Amino acid sequence: MTAISPASAFALPLDELRLGRRARIQLVDWTALEESEACRLRHFGFDEGVMVEPLHSGPVGRDPLAVRVGRMTVAIRRTHARAVRVVPAA
Amino acid sequence: MNPAPLVAVVGNPNAGKSALFNALTGARQKVGNYPGVTVERKSGRTALTDGRPVELVDLPGAYGLDPSSPDEAVTRDVLTGRFAGERKPDGLLIVLDASNLDNHLRFALQLLGLGLPTVVALNMIDMARRDGLEVSAERLSAELGVPVIETIAVRRKGMDELRAGLQQQLVGARAVARAVPDNVAREARRIAAASIVNEAPVRRWSHRLDRFLLHPVAGPLILAAIMFVMFQAVFAWSEAPIGWIESGMAALADTVTRLLPAGALRSLLVDGVIGGVGSVVVFLPQILILFLFILLLEGTGYMVRAAFLMDRLMSRAGLSGRAFIPLLSSFACAVPGIMATRTIDNEKDRLTTILVAPLMTCSARLPVYTLIIAAFIPHRDILPGVNLQGAVMFGLYLAGIFGALGAALLLRKTVARGASSFFMMELPKYQLPAFGDIALGLWQRAVIFLKRAGGIIMLTTVALWALASFPAAGPGQKQSEVSIAGKIASGIEVVVKPIGFNHDIALALLPSMAAREVAVSAIATVYAIDQADEAQAGQTLVQRLGGSWPLPTALAFLAWFVFAPQCISTIAVTRRETNGWKWPLFMVGYLFGLAYVAAGATYWTAVALGL
Repeated sequence: MTAISPASAFALPLDELRLGRRARIQLVDWTALEESEACRLRHFGFDEGVMVEPLHSGPVGRDPLAVRVGRMTVAIRRTHARAVRVVPAA
Repeated sequence: MNPAPLVAVVGNPNAGKSALFNALTGARQKVGNYPGVTVERKSGRTALTDGRPVELVDLPGAYGLDPSSPDEAVTRDVLTGRFAGERKPDGLLIVLDASNLDNHLRFALQLLGLGLPTVVALNMIDMARRDGLEVSAERLSAELGVPVIETIAVRRKGMDELRAGLQQQLVGARAVARAVPDNVAREARRIAAASIVNEAPVRRWSHRLDRFLLHPVAGPLILAAIMFVMFQAVFAWSEAPIGWIESGMAALADTVTRLLPAGALRSLLVDGVIGGVGSVVVFLPQILILFLFILLLEGTGYMVRAAFLMDRLMSRAGLSGRAFIPLLSSFACAVPGIMATRTIDNEKDRLTTILVAPLMTCSARLPVYTLIIAAFIPHRDILPGVNLQGAVMFGLYLAGIFGALGAALLLRKTVARGASSFFMMELPKYQLPAFGDIALGLWQRAVIFLKRAGGIIMLTTVALWALASFPAAGPGQKQSEVSIAGKIASGIEVVVKPIGFNHDIALALLPSMAAREVAVSAIATVYAIDQADEAQAGQTLVQRLGGSWPLPTALAFLAWFVFAPQCISTIAVTRRETNGWKWPLFMVGYLFGLAYVAAGATYWTAVALGL
């Protein structure tokens, strides 16, 4: 956890990634989530190394987010997206 | 004789599991609840290639054997043989979405670890092709070690092959448990990659549609337009069938009246049974139209988008976006609204939604509002183009909405306290639902409504009839005072007098428990009975009321109807959906409390203002 890989310098929380920008999940901070939330995110396929892309955001406060993860699209709230750290694809 | 082997149809949500189940079993399904939980259990039969019957059970969609919702817990417990009241399945039919193998294979790998005879349906193969994906069933079968059959469930394609696969697996073949890999997710992704022969980069259909439907400005406008059409349809399309039902019931009552001699039996049949059934069936057209829209929105994949658009606003009241459609439906009738809460996966969110749904102004309140407003609120413009009567009606709707939001907030902090509302949902691909699936869903819901709500309403109506008819009034006495109902009304009057209600209202409150709009006919009956001289009989109900109730009483009556849980079918459906009497009783208690306070506050404010 303490060792910082070179890539993490460019890592950012998923909710700060621009819509339409693809990125690879560097890590998911499972401890920041409640157990049922973490479980559902894992079920959706959130995992290190998986590609994600925020596609749409809600009309009020740009919340929630529609995120493409692997081959499916899921809706999550921004607060939960914050727990996912991603590195934008070149 | 051995019972038919039980095969569990199992897979991720949105894999097309229910459509596949419908395609295999046809319309003859048993729909019920798993004991102890409000999770729907559907079972049906199909025949193997050699004609032997197999019982199929449609398990709730799940992402894995580690449950994150009550539905998923049922799926796990049934599959592991730990669910009391359901035998352990003899075989599995795993349903996979061909265009989402990475995700769906994870659950499939866990399922294969159970060691049951298994067939895999590689479903929605057409949608995968549309997305430019070419998946090889042979390669997938080689990886998984079980037969894999391509299907398009909504078009009923691949069903004979599935039956042949089940035949082969259930008869003779020996199932071998496959070890569950340590990292299921990684293994699932590897197998998916190995099974995909070709992937053309096409822009996905659903994504293009979502550009409009989830657009920050266009999205909410489209949602509003769809909801507008839905409500227009609920009220406009139902007019004719409601007319037919009413005249049919009237004709039936006439026939019985002509055939039977006057007396208790005739009165029971005409006023109790036919009147009772009629008051339930008359709601069926609106409920079915509402359900048609709900099923279409659900089947096309739009429902989740509506929840997406509304989530942020709903979360302010401690609810999730999923609560939007059930609450909106409750504007027509709380019964289908409460039945639609099954799509909310967080238990506390769902409970809160059920508890506040009756606050939405349902169509049964309209006749009451219309009557009282017409009798007491002057028809004049308060602003250019804004009529006072219309403004009052609008105010009553707003009172219901804000009452519901306030109640939701409070409930979430008290009895329904728990994890903050939760919004994590898959946005399924848009698709055209099969006509047969929609028709079947509509039919099943109509049966549930008529059986559960209808049964209770009829019992209540018959009971109310008995209360109103006995003991019979002697000469010179009024039936409305001598009868048990009259006595009860006198008792109620003591309680409701402080909030400005009179004996007429107390008498109307009792029958209006069956259905709110009955209050109108009950008041009409009271005045009909009390009509002594012929000259007064010519007055309309509106004129009579306006002349005999003080304005504060009328306003208090309106405020009462905004909150009071006056509908037995809603209570019955709440009992069914919360699986016990605890929550319906709580609901009745808190709503009556609110109604009493609101009516009292209205009455005394109006009196103080000298109205």
